[in-house]
Amino acid sequence: MTIQNNALPTARKPLDMRRFLDDWAMLLAAIGVFVLCTLLIDNFLSPLNMRGLGLAISTTGIAACTMLYCLASGHFDLSVGSVIACAGVVAAVVMRDTDSVLLGVGAALVMGLIVGLINGIVIAKLRVNALITTLATMQIVRGLAYIFANGKAVGVSQEAFFVYGNGQLFGVPVPILITIACFLFFGWLLNYTTYGRNTMAIGGNQEAALLAGVNVDRTKIIIFAVHGVIGALAGVILASRMTSGQPMIGQGFELTVISACVLGGVSLSGGIGMIRHVIAGVLILAIIENAMNLKNIDTFYQYVIRGSILLLAVVIDRLKQR
Amino acid sequence: MQAQTATQQHNIGGSLRFNGIGKSFPGVQALANISFVAHPGQVHALMGENGAGKSTLLKILGGAYIPSSGELQIGEQTMAFKSTADSIASGVAVIHQELHLVPEMTVAENLFLGHLPARFGLVNRGLLRQQALNLLKGLADEIDPHEKVGRLSLGQRQLVEIAKALSRGAHVIAFDEPTSSLSAREIDRLMAIIARLRDEGKVVLYVSHRMEEVFRICNAVTVFKDGRYVRTFENMGELTHDQLVTCMVGRDIQDIYDYRARERGEVALQVERLLGPGLREPVSFQVHKGEILGLFGLVGAGRTELLRLLSGLERQTEGRLVLHGQELTLRSPRDAIGAGVLLCPEDRKKEGIMPLASVGENINISARSAHSTLGCLLRGDWERGNADKQIKALKVKTPTAGQKIMYLSGGNQQKAILGRWLSMPMKVLLLDEPTRGIDIGAKAEIYQIIHNLAADGIAVIVVSSDLMEVMGISDRILVLCEGVMRGELPRDQANESNLLQLALPRQRVADAAN
Repeated sequence: MTIQNNALPTARKPLDMRRFLDDWAMLLAAIGVFVLCTLLIDNFLSPLNMRGLGLAISTTGIAACTMLYCLASGHFDLSVGSVIACAGVVAAVVMRDTDSVLLGVGAALVMGLIVGLINGIVIAKLRVNALITTLATMQIVRGLAYIFANGKAVGVSQEAFFVYGNGQLFGVPVPILITIACFLFFGWLLNYTTYGRNTMAIGGNQEAALLAGVNVDRTKIIIFAVHGVIGALAGVILASRMTSGQPMIGQGFELTVISACVLGGVSLSGGIGMIRHVIAGVLILAIIENAMNLKNIDTFYQYVIRGSILLLAVVIDRLKQR
Repeated sequence: MQAQTATQQHNIGGSLRFNGIGKSFPGVQALANISFVAHPGQVHALMGENGAGKSTLLKILGGAYIPSSGELQIGEQTMAFKSTADSIASGVAVIHQELHLVPEMTVAENLFLGHLPARFGLVNRGLLRQQALNLLKGLADEIDPHEKVGRLSLGQRQLVEIAKALSRGAHVIAFDEPTSSLSAREIDRLMAIIARLRDEGKVVLYVSHRMEEVFRICNAVTVFKDGRYVRTFENMGELTHDQLVTCMVGRDIQDIYDYRARERGEVALQVERLLGPGLREPVSFQVHKGEILGLFGLVGAGRTELLRLLSGLERQTEGRLVLHGQELTLRSPRDAIGAGVLLCPEDRKKEGIMPLASVGENINISARSAHSTLGCLLRGDWERGNADKQIKALKVKTPTAGQKIMYLSGGNQQKAILGRWLSMPMKVLLLDEPTRGIDIGAKAEIYQIIHNLAADGIAVIVVSSDLMEVMGISDRILVLCEGVMRGELPRDQANESNLLQLALPRQRVADAAN
């Protein structure tokens, strides 16, 4: 008894420090990287480059918001890159055939929803491993994208569609606004709704969550369904920016998104994850990539550097847990 | 160090001495100052209730835990095991309840895992088979070395594990509850093998709850209690069954249960001919409002399985449940929770808590959807208010509701889970080993909480393997044995021998008598 009473107050301080680091370290690191680039690289802070950086963040950032939910619940989703490509293609094809932007965007989102539902149902109800399930749907959806597009990019001519990718509001590009909205919305959702808390509970201890009365299967299905829809939204925005639906786009994108989340501090084994982790990870990856481009670093070296940063972040995370 | 001991293993011999072994975990002293000697050519039983420290001691012996104090001695040599590999290299083999075999590999491969007879990385299959046959000879002649371990019976797997221990030249062999999942015939064979090991001059440690086995095979018994050494009996001839039981449970802590007689209300939950996984015969009983019903039995009696059926974790195959006069159908834990039948599971870490989440989160998780706007938007005032209310009411020792629950002691984690259910409408509370691994002070507080709930008209079902606990808090005790309901004892008729009599498997008692 006495041991406990003595231990608590002393244990509290280092814990709070660690908690603070866990919560904010990566976001501070992102700001640090930003400041460093500002000081060291000419033109980094130029409006044109900032705009480019913001747009580079947008696709990853939007998809990472819902990938956070997959990871926090102890799963992940490899199909998101294919969903992005397929959503762009579906939107372009439907608009070409119906001339309706609304139908095009709607069809793309419904496609994302269906893929997400399939992922979720197979993973939750049939208890198939998420890696295998989404590896399969990744290939299926990629194939469908090529089939719908007949193997080549599908151009879009509807002006109204370009608002999503190239429009501006108060001088800020629409994709960046949507990304910020996603960060705010999904950050709020995670902390202030039963759905968000149940997601964390499932990732923290699925058995205990089940025994506490959480509807584990339904929550998982929703997680993947929402992820599918948001992935499709990112695909629509990308297609709008490029004024075409391209079936080959987004190869390896799922790994970039997962890297960003993990880099920011989201745990791959579930139960740990916050929206600021996601924001930090997405920012750091995008800033470094942008800086490397400005410095004209060869693409091949960029791969090596990006991989090394991810490895370093994960190793630091491991060491922190000791 | 390791290489050195490995080369010396053939001349390891003599007694196994525990000299003042202690082991503490943060907040818990699991073992304190354990000293005794187990002699070669003898089977030495370790007995005690669950949580007495037997398993911790075996883990230290096996190198899985490093003792916080004291030392191990085999013969003249002092051992300081840093890993299981050290322990194995020093001639120690611990045969665990969960066997450490690879089911998808063959018996022969399992036997020589880690040192397969090979040349340039190519396994010599003929030699492997021959060596495996040599090892199994006289131990389990019927086992084909090329059979996959997954296809063997549990008893056969255990023999493979024993053969593996012998192949490494083990001098000290410790069995942890070896008979808990064996058939009567397999037990007989195991006993014969243990007798052989004894006659070959090995040091055999034998952990078991089964009295008759201890009296049948062992030459000495050491009794543990609450992580402390109580006594070693060297002369089994003069030891009686009752003496041993008294030594195991003997203590005077009646007052921590703080039993107060209560009014028994009408029937809360009626269980009629319930059958499901883990139950061999249909089970019927009822529990009344305001009653504390104890469920006693040995490991494998089906108590936890019964609670899993009542909490909707497993589906019943037959029978029906009536709760407060209404038929209750359970398809999932959600159904049971919705009906007010709430379970505090046995394994808190695995099934109870979300370790990374805060204490408040762990308390609020179940009740929150009823207290949120539109069933999904959390209400901050309720979230904070309820967490603080439960923490205060149950005296959960935590700096704040925001503390991660993994940093709390077992007793406080258990209180937080009770707080989770106290936030819900409750009719029946199911407690599975509510005080396992919890220190005595927190135990008394938990008993207090249970009594208060019963006084408020909740029907409480408590599963426990702690005899004193069951007798101390229950109004009535049901005894299960190997998936069969064996009897019911009112509080005033329940005593140790009555309960054990019902809980011990009958056939084995008969076997032991012969």
